[in-house]
Amino acid sequence: MTSLGVRRIKGYLMLILVAVAFIIIMIPLISMLYMIIKEGIGILSWEFLTALPKPPGEAGGGIGNAIQGSLMMVALASMISIPISIFAAMYISEYGGKLSTITEFIAEVLSGTPSIIAGIFIYTLIVLRIGFSALAGALALSVLMIPTVTIASYESLKAVPRSIREAAIALGVPKWRASLFVILRSAMVGIGTGVILGVARIFGETAPLLFTALGNMYWNEGLLEPTAALPLLIYNYATSPYKSWQTQAWGAALVLLVIVLLLNIGVRIIARKR
Amino acid sequence: MSTKIRIKSLNGWFGEKQVLKDINLDIEENSITAIIGPSGCGKTTLIRCINRMHEVTPGARVEGSVLLDEQDIYKEDPVKVRERIGMVFQRPNPFPTMSVLENAVAGLKLKGIRNRKLLAEKAEEVIKAVGLWDEVKNELNKPGTSLSGGQQQRLCIARALAVEPEVLLMDEPASALDPVSTMRLEDLIYELKKEYTIVIVTHNMQQAARVSDYTAFLYMGELIEYSNTKELFERPKNDLTERYISGRFG
Ligand SMILES: Nc1ncnc2c1ncn2[C@@H]1O[C@H](COP(=O)(O)OP(=O)(O)O)[C@@H](O)[C@H]1O
Ligand SMILES: [Mg+2]
Repeated sequence: MTSLGVRRIKGYLMLILVAVAFIIIMIPLISMLYMIIKEGIGILSWEFLTALPKPPGEAGGGIGNAIQGSLMMVALASMISIPISIFAAMYISEYGGKLSTITEFIAEVLSGTPSIIAGIFIYTLIVLRIGFSALAGALALSVLMIPTVTIASYESLKAVPRSIREAAIALGVPKWRASLFVILRSAMVGIGTGVILGVARIFGETAPLLFTALGNMYWNEGLLEPTAALPLLIYNYATSPYKSWQTQAWGAALVLLVIVLLLNIGVRIIARKR
Repeated sequence: MSTKIRIKSLNGWFGEKQVLKDINLDIEENSITAIIGPSGCGKTTLIRCINRMHEVTPGARVEGSVLLDEQDIYKEDPVKVRERIGMVFQRPNPFPTMSVLENAVAGLKLKGIRNRKLLAEKAEEVIKAVGLWDEVKNELNKPGTSLSGGQQQRLCIARALAVEPEVLLMDEPASALDPVSTMRLEDLIYELKKEYTIVIVTHNMQQAARVSDYTAFLYMGELIEYSNTKELFERPKNDLTERYISGRFG
């Protein structure tokens, strides 16, 4: 009887703890969303999304070049990272051996690398030779994206049941064909999820772009030119003394948030197909 | 009748653990050979040695030889060997990313055959051969995994047949099925022996007695007794066999 009472009290206590934890998590999330939407929504317009910035003090102007730069660098980083990551993951999961253990270890260490280090690395290796550029920015983003996508892909490949691999091999299918057409295909949902999360992450990265892409007040006209990017613009505008720029920083933050949100919704949709 | 498969001094290991000990076994062409024995005695391992699937497991190792039409499969390309010796697993394992139709001809597709007409014809042929056509002809584009367990297992047999093997290895193919599906599967296996040499693992002795022509009794990695099924069940020579088939252990 008493032990039942004690258990019931413990149950209530647990419930309260969980509720408190939930509220503690929700408060900053909700207030952040609220603030960004409240401050940013007013400025949104077609011009804001497509026009070049105007000098501080002048009315109007937009973040078109930052959106262009971000899309360009993220696309390029994805084109570099996705194939490399998938092949690395397949190598680790399908071919085993010492070298693959080392590859896995490296991917894990790299995925924990602070993003500013990716920036310095590319700055030293690339920027000092070819200058600030969209290419250098994309490479810095790739340094961050490759390990995360590799690990996500590896986890999904590992999750493909043994019985599926064996079914293919027992049909007299060569191993490389089985890996490519059965195992990779079975893991595609998980890999797709990993890719989108990787993309969402690099969209928001600022530090690695600071001394690679640098920023630009105009449109980007080539991979070897410095380029604007959303997180860079937010950083520069928010810390500027001009009211109009600060407002635009909120607007840009809202745009970035919506992009990341859409990518996360994309993940949900893919994951449901499982 | 002639010998299709000749297993000679076969030994199998998982790491340091020896699970098959000096197996010698001749398998007749166009017959059904059952392998029986208590759980863990090495039945699965033995048939996996016959199409070189055993060595796919990390740490697994084989010694000895398996002759297919008098040629040692361990001296040939394992991929070619597995084309000639098909396998059906204990749990139905259709490819989850493929439709019923694609599953049936997965072996051909995965080897790079693209001709749609040829694939569709072959799929129909093998799905009919396993008696599944009438049940699934309107569901050919659904995922293979959406079928019932018994249907999935017959689909897996169809998939194995599409590669046109000479031998079919089956590892307790009915163990995950209900009694009705099991009966249908046994009928099918009996049909298939006209064209294929079949080796079937089962821990169900009634099943072995019902479908097989020859029976091998395996115990702790050793082949204890091997003979004509009727004889083995009616007049077992070995005391262990006698105790096993009368249900006194295992
Ligand atoms: N992947 C594996 N790794 C290590 N030991 C295994 C593995 N698979 C099976 N074994 C062992 O090998 C022996 C034979 O197994 P198996 O051939 O599956 O027996 P059966 O099919 O007759 O039940 C058992 O003792 C089992 O524990
Ligand atoms: Mg078994």
